Amino acid sequence: MNEYMEHIMDLYKHPHNKGKVKKAEINNKEKNPACGDEIEVTVKLKKGIIHEIKFDGQGCAISQAAASLITDFVKGKHIDDVLKLDKAQMLELLGIDVAPLRIKCAMLALRVLQRGILQHKGMKKTEIFLSDIG
Amino acid sequence: MFNSDIIRMDFPLLKREIKGKKLIYFDNAATTQKPQHVIDTLSTFYAKHTANIHRGIHTLGEEATVQYEEAHKKVAAFIHADSWREIIFTKNTTESMNLLAYTLPQLWKKGDEIIITEQEHHSNYLPWQEAAKRHTLVLKVCPLTSEGIIDIKKLQKLLSKKTRIVSIAHVSNVLGGINDVAAIAKIVHKNKSLLCVDGAQSVPHMPTNVQELDCDFLCFSSHKMLGPFGIGVLYGKKTLLERMPPFLFGGGMVDVIDTETTWNELPWKFEAGTPDIAGAVGFGAAIDYLQDLGMNNVYGHDQEITSYALQQLKKQKDIIIYGPEKRSAVISFNMKKVHAHDVAALLNYEGIACRAGHHCAQPLFKTLKVPAAVRVSFYIYNTKEEVDLFIAALDSVRKVFA
Repeated sequence: MNEYMEHIMDLYKHPHNKGKVKKAEINNKEKNPACGDEIEVTVKLKKGIIHEIKFDGQGCAISQAAASLITDFVKGKHIDDVLKLDKAQMLELLGIDVAPLRIKCAMLALRVLQRGILQHKGMKKTEIFLSDIG
Repeated sequence: MFNSDIIRMDFPLLKREIKGKKLIYFDNAATTQKPQHVIDTLSTFYAKHTANIHRGIHTLGEEATVQYEEAHKKVAAFIHADSWREIIFTKNTTESMNLLAYTLPQLWKKGDEIIITEQEHHSNYLPWQEAAKRHTLVLKVCPLTSEGIIDIKKLQKLLSKKTRIVSIAHVSNVLGGINDVAAIAKIVHKNKSLLCVDGAQSVPHMPTNVQELDCDFLCFSSHKMLGPFGIGVLYGKKTLLERMPPFLFGGGMVDVIDTETTWNELPWKFEAGTPDIAGAVGFGAAIDYLQDLGMNNVYGHDQEITSYALQQLKKQKDIIIYGPEKRSAVISFNMKKVHAHDVAALLNYEGIACRAGHHCAQPLFKTLKVPAAVRVSFYIYNTKEEVDLFIAALDSVRKVFA
């Protein structure tokens, strides 16, 4: 059972960085149109570097595990570097074979974070397309 | 009644294995598998009769034209239309809905009203929402009863002098509730409004008689009833279709091009450009197959499987079922504390194909107050043994999430 390996289920049952950062500078909430899941990412920055980050919301095991992993991974990284993260890196973090139709679940938290960063940089939500992100 | 074990032999795909397990195909509300007869008809058409319709003054052109018209006639007989000219081939139910939503409002006035309902699939929601924006019309959404069918009393209250059309699904693709179309037609027509029915989930599963339903329009898709992809139907009462402006413009739909261009007769007025001729002929073969089984028998079988599955699911304490008791061949549910996607993904490891998500009915999921649900949906080749295997497979989900 590739997608449901122990480390994924562990993260699902005991998520990292769950909740909301107070007085967040980056705050983005989005729905995954494929499944209706909602995820919110809140971030506190120090000179463009991610100092504190949390995610909130419900979702499937893949999307929740991915949210835990990515929020761990980006701590201490500059937001410009976070914008460069792509699908291959996210899947490597997950360490499982993700079925094609579930890539959206795996990418949800990273994309919500990246679009949050772009909004923080002054872009309007409606102006952000997938091609703006790594 | 027919024997599903024998019917299964007509469907080559059902012999497939998934993840080393025998396939159990429970995603029939999305699309059905195709019998060998339909596959053969498609390939025979391409191998022996390929030609364009209407124009070619040669034997092949004639054969293709006759077969294409014949497909219209089969559909007309299947739903008891007055005339085969009332059958317009589109590419799917969505296009049929768009045809109506693009053409009808051209005959209406600003401020006129459209009524849809809370259960509607996006294909019967968005075309009207967009039409309302384009033509400054008012879109009203009728609520459902607590059981999950259209609340006729509330619909009655929403009707006004300005209501031009009421557009409803006969059967919800999520809840499976069967709406009383004939009763709704009565009150809608009394109000001098039109009734459009989304039959995508009803026509494949029960006898359909447009005279008895008395709907003005009926939309459905070939691929949800054993036929090929790429063919949909818009049925409309002739007097209405004749008065409507065309939808798409181009070859085949025009009569005389002049300063006052005139349009071809029905159904060609609404079938611009080269249609999916082979698809239509294949759809005709699917209808032959269903007629041989008898739609009363199809209904009986689907009801038997659905009520059996419902009964078995109800015994599971961690399963929440949505929708009414009396329903078509669709059951949406959730397992407590497990996301619908996870349930569907783990069932797939057991060879069971079902769907998870909002099933293109986001407004309904807002009402249900859940982000997603798992949906199993049945057809003529599904058996009680498959339902038993599915119920047993739920344990494999529980194990992972324990």
